[in-house]
Amino acid sequence: MPAYDKVKIARKVTRPTALDYINHIFEDFIELHGDRNFRDDAAIVGGIAMLEDTPVTVIGVQKGKTMEENIARNFGQPHPEGYRKALRLMKQAEKFGRPIINFINTSGAYCGVGAEERGQGEAIAKNLMEMANLKVPTISIVIGEGGSGGALALAVTDRVWMLENSVYAVLSPEGFASILWKDPKRAKEAADVMKITAEDLLELNIVEKVIKEADGGCQNDFGFTANLLRGKLINEINILKEKDLDTLLAERYERFRKFGEFTE
Amino acid sequence: MKFFKSFKAGIDKISVENLKGKVDAIKETVPSKEKEEKAKDKDKKEEIPEGHIKCPSCENIIEKKALGHYKICPKCAKLFRMNAKERIRTVVDKDSFEEFDVNMESKNPLNFPDYSEKVKSLQEKTSLKDAVKTGKCTIGGRPCVIAVMDSGFMMGSLGSVVGEKITRAFEYATRNKMPIIVFTCSGGARMQEGIVSLMQMAKVSAACAKHSDAGLLYVTVLTDPTTGGVTASYAMLGDIILAEPKTLIGFAGRRVIEGTIKQKLPDEFQTAEFLLEHGFVDAIIERENLSYVLSDILKLHNVKKVGEN
Ligand SMILES: [Zn+2]
Repeated sequence: MPAYDKVKIARKVTRPTALDYINHIFEDFIELHGDRNFRDDAAIVGGIAMLEDTPVTVIGVQKGKTMEENIARNFGQPHPEGYRKALRLMKQAEKFGRPIINFINTSGAYCGVGAEERGQGEAIAKNLMEMANLKVPTISIVIGEGGSGGALALAVTDRVWMLENSVYAVLSPEGFASILWKDPKRAKEAADVMKITAEDLLELNIVEKVIKEADGGCQNDFGFTANLLRGKLINEINILKEKDLDTLLAERYERFRKFGEFTE
Repeated sequence: MKFFKSFKAGIDKISVENLKGKVDAIKETVPSKEKEEKAKDKDKKEEIPEGHIKCPSCENIIEKKALGHYKICPKCAKLFRMNAKERIRTVVDKDSFEEFDVNMESKNPLNFPDYSEKVKSLQEKTSLKDAVKTGKCTIGGRPCVIAVMDSGFMMGSLGSVVGEKITRAFEYATRNKMPIIVFTCSGGARMQEGIVSLMQMAKVSAACAKHSDAGLLYVTVLTDPTTGGVTASYAMLGDIILAEPKTLIGFAGRRVIEGTIKQKLPDEFQTAEFLLEHGFVDAIIERENLSYVLSDILKLHNVKKVGEN
């Protein structure tokens, strides 16, 4: 399948959202709101829940399913306060020794006046630095779009997984084509060279696991993908929980330390 | 009551901003007449005599020598961009810079068409291997690790080499219990390295976290332009964040935002002064004073001069 067809599937309005997975996979989910500083950013949801027998913190970038909901959720493009809410919940998880599971589905961090005024760059940067050191197991899953720094801000985790038809990239294919070729219409071609599909990123060791979806996308059989993911999460959290803290942190450091290709 | 009012005002502002961004606005970005004429002027080939340069700010033709060591326009005080070599020469003690990883060069992780050729031709043109120089030095006699990005090499974009060299600089500083100073300037991610470029943000930030956990000092100096992935990682992680006057600093590009909100942004948007006002920069320092201020900051963090007890 051409890479750009996956982009289209990943962006489908009918594609299951973070809350769909959260409600299906976990029990007793209690949503917690706000960054304790400015406001509650509805583009990011988060809270506490049970994963089988383990209390966990879950966070997701939330897209809407209707125009109305999408305006409320800013089309899943978080403001700085969204990333700060996520960090608050992750630090809370660390305090109470809860593993953290993040669901990523964003075309990118919001590009707007308020976002710049309130330090979009600083908010993302702080998450990258703090997540590198969280003293609990962390897993992130790209469930739709994984757009640039806005996605990475929730993905500096022990494991990074992708759903089969999700994409993860430094920039949208449209943006990439307009920057490099001054022609956003060449997005399809850009998608091919950018290596943004789950399959490509597994090969590049950017992600550890690809979760299968039904033909045409997981909206066609949500239960199949969600159950599969649930099983894998339970299993992996149990593996990560067994690691002593120094090993966990050293392996997370090494996970990101290895990226880059150069000669000397 | 007053609190409630201001809280509500904040929310209104946000939803209006969202709507502006999302609902098709009628207003289109109309370039001003003045700008159009300037653009026309640009098309005409202007004769600039040898050894001279046109100031992009006041548009006077200036003798290059007249810019001096600090590369400042004598007519309007505009700061010209400095390359890494010039920056190092004006900031660190004479002959104290020992460069790390001199020969590191990028490979082509995505086999991106023409990327290797582009790197090669820029290497010949700039006598740089990539967009950053790292090393150790002394400033005012006080030792520190330093990284200086260079916008002359693919707009200082963050690829494997920049990420690796800065990560190693942090690791060296952590091992040797040294402070680190990073001069940033970058257009953002290195597009040709795709996701591998994005991963550099995480890699450097993790190295930065280790250095910070060791109780060591990190100072960033934001220089023109500092944008995109560099802003969203190590540029904003300094214990102390300095900037040069009028530096462009931001996450998203101005044109991207203007396209989203369908409005022209004010000139001061995303300048160092704008970030200072909004609380994201500690201080704006004149270029001529940077070396002196950095030396003072090192002193205030008990970094001893070489040979001092
Ligand atoms: Zn001038």
